Amino acid sequence: MALTGVAIFKLLPKTNCKKCGFPTCLAFAMKLAQRQTELDLCPDVSDEAKAQLGEASAPPIRPITLGAGDKAVKMGEETVMFRHEKKFVNPCALAVEIKDTEDEAAASEKVQAVLDSEINRVGQFLRVDAIVLSNDSGDAGKLEALAKLVAGKAPDVPVIISTADAQAGEAALKSFEGKKPVLYGATADNLDAMAAAAKAAGATLGIKAGSPDELSELTEKAKAQGVEDIVMDSGARKAGEIIRDNTLIRRAALKKSFKPLGYPTITFAVREDSLLEALVVATGIAKYSSIIVLSSIEKWKNLALFTLRQNIYTDPQVPMQVEQKVYDIGEPAKNAPLLITTNFSLTYFIVSGEVENSRIPTRLAVMDCEGLSVLTAWAAGKFTATKIAQFIKESGVEDNIEHRELIIPGYVAILSGAIEDKLEGWKITVGPREANALPAFLKSREAA
Amino acid sequence: MPFTPPKESYSGKVYGVGVGEGDSAVTVGGENVLPFHSFEGETPNKPIIAYEIQDVPPSDWPKDVQEPFKDVSGDPVQWAKFCQDTLKAKAIALRLVGTHPDMEDRSVEDAVKTVTDVLGAIEVPLVILGSNHAEKDAAVLVAVSEAAKDRNCVIGKAQEANYKTIAAAAIANNHKLIAMSELDINLSKQLNILLTQMGFDKEKLITDPMSSALGYGLEYTYSVMERIRLAALTQNDETMQPPMLGDVGVYVWKTKETHAPESDLPEWGSLPERGIAWEAVTATSLLIAGAELLVMRHPKAVDAVDKFIAEMEG
Ligand code: B12
Ligand code: SF4
Repeated sequence: MALTGVAIFKLLPKTNCKKCGFPTCLAFAMKLAQRQTELDLCPDVSDEAKAQLGEASAPPIRPITLGAGDKAVKMGEETVMFRHEKKFVNPCALAVEIKDTEDEAAASEKVQAVLDSEINRVGQFLRVDAIVLSNDSGDAGKLEALAKLVAGKAPDVPVIISTADAQAGEAALKSFEGKKPVLYGATADNLDAMAAAAKAAGATLGIKAGSPDELSELTEKAKAQGVEDIVMDSGARKAGEIIRDNTLIRRAALKKSFKPLGYPTITFAVREDSLLEALVVATGIAKYSSIIVLSSIEKWKNLALFTLRQNIYTDPQVPMQVEQKVYDIGEPAKNAPLLITTNFSLTYFIVSGEVENSRIPTRLAVMDCEGLSVLTAWAAGKFTATKIAQFIKESGVEDNIEHRELIIPGYVAILSGAIEDKLEGWKITVGPREANALPAFLKSREAA
Repeated sequence: MPFTPPKESYSGKVYGVGVGEGDSAVTVGGENVLPFHSFEGETPNKPIIAYEIQDVPPSDWPKDVQEPFKDVSGDPVQWAKFCQDTLKAKAIALRLVGTHPDMEDRSVEDAVKTVTDVLGAIEVPLVILGSNHAEKDAAVLVAVSEAAKDRNCVIGKAQEANYKTIAAAAIANNHKLIAMSELDINLSKQLNILLTQMGFDKEKLITDPMSSALGYGLEYTYSVMERIRLAALTQNDETMQPPMLGDVGVYVWKTKETHAPESDLPEWGSLPERGIAWEAVTATSLLIAGAELLVMRHPKAVDAVDKFIAEMEG
């Protein structure tokens, strides 16, 4: 728990000098407790108080970046247990494991699959985020060779180096200088050496324990060694263990302000059966993993997992939406058809996708309905004849077209008469209900 | 700093609802913790998956999910027996979709015959679903409730527009009842209250907060389910304590992801696997959110979810 205003007040100079811009130290303390101002505004606060307050005001789950550059992934910083309370902040990273026992061709193929994994779904670019390099061979040379291969082929993809041998880790880390990798595999047996290697390379330390309890001891030790950035593996492997440990860890961090477990988590979902693996990954996505390690990344599996991650990590208060405007699909001429829909991202991308499939240049008028789907917006009184008429008039689309025909979604056929009344000189045509009927619909009009 | 596992104890509990008869009877719900939280309380009953079958051939299902049933799906009795005997279904959900006026508009008598025949052929519990046409369902579900009298089936779905008739029939014939509302915790609560006010035993209800498929509103169903379950457990809200239904297959197998061939969308990968994964991932997410009874279609998706449940409980 963050400190209360009164607890913070006790650490302030108590002179009420107003230099912070607040009338009293207490007023300033209250604002600090609500995280509405910055401690730096008080010039007279002691270093000791600064340290204590800094610790208490740090986010309950430490923010850590995996990788560097465009493909870097942010982790941690979560603030709630359930997504309806507040948006989950940093979507978990999906990482595929490559073992240093695999031959070069197989390894290269996996690296290529990671590079090719990006998919655009509802306007977001989603991909397999990272690669785990596993020192299964126990041979430092093999791990280093794999590191060179990955760094050469996929220099921007964040990596997690997994080994129990600090020296092997050190050698492999050399391929990823300045790229904020994770050195995973610190246990009670090798903690000091692994911590030193991670620190020297500016890497995050991945700690593996047998329980959350042991984990908390190990993170404390690593911290005492000067390691700040840690990702945690409680040792959970079965789905039931994953949900248990991840829940207890997040609760401890958020509700008890238990700092030793206030770090991002890493979950190993690896299974022989790829579909079962996907379901274990789904558990990690829904329940608090920051990095999830997979053994394989088939495209069908990626699509399902990316979509789940997108669903779980959308803002529950604000649906994903696109900008209100008249979109050109292809290069519509002055007589090209004009369609209207709402600005819910899912609706827009489904409809625009099907219009693209038709290969008929078209204008798609997207009206701001606060991100609601066609029927929801209609039921909520946001997609009404009056509002549609006003939007069409104000959009200026009349200057760009020579016809006066507007095609509306089949589900709101009921609006057609009312829109004709409000939009003088316009003809309203009812389109199909489902967007997947749009290509046939548009083509048949073209032919007519 | 020593670590004390921050376990929670909850004031409420989910009702355990028994369905079916004899050795194949099952109980849905019954836990006093969040889904799969066996580390802090009781989870006496595993979630149950019912195989979906229908009164008419599944011609509008995608090919990949028609295929496993192609030899039996022409006849609901054969189909049901196949699910029970070959696929080892723990329950069967018979959807009388053919009674919908826009489908075949099959008669109430047809529906009664189908239900009677199917019940005569199987031992596992039967969920009997209407076609989701509020008016027609009122007539169909009343008649089939009678035909299934005392077999302890689950009848559904009762909605705001037709709950009175359907609930009365479920009471008279000793069935359990699915109460469905549309993705809104308050509507769901209100329907349960209305049902109990007319004398329906709240411990015989199953709540359907309305499902949605992965990528098509799953996050809404997911959060409504989580909120219902939290209200049941942390606030001991009795109107929110019935177990929940995830009606998965019907939403999943409508999506583009379960239809579009790989040749059209190479970046989406293999179609058969994609469809199965879409159903299994949707189902798993709803289990994690709080569903205890699932209605699903593809045997491979069902198998995977069963394995997942075993891993969760094991
Ligand atoms: C998820 C959902 C919600 C979410 C909102 C999600 C969102 N961002 O819009 C929430 C929970 C907030 C919600 C709330 C409400 N909802 Co609501 N909701 C749904 C649900 C389940 C799915 C909607 C959806 O996302 N569809 C997917 C998108 C892509 O569909 P779409 O926009 O219609 O687009 C399709 C077609 O219309 C077509 N299309 C789109 N544009 C165009 C353009 C042209 C030219 C053409 C030809 C075709 C076309 O292509 C698309 C794909 O085929 C539907 C039921 C259902 N299964 O459909 C109910 C539904 C839309 N909701 C409904 C209602 C009544 C409401 C509420 C008023 C009350 C309530 N039940 O809570 C509130 C209003 C919200 C408010 N702010 O006041 C009703 C509407 C009833 C009706 N027939 O008018 C529905 C149909 C449920 C029902 N059966 O009662 N809802
Ligand atoms: S500047 Fe510091 S000492 Fe002065 S009033 Fe503000 S908090 Fe108190």
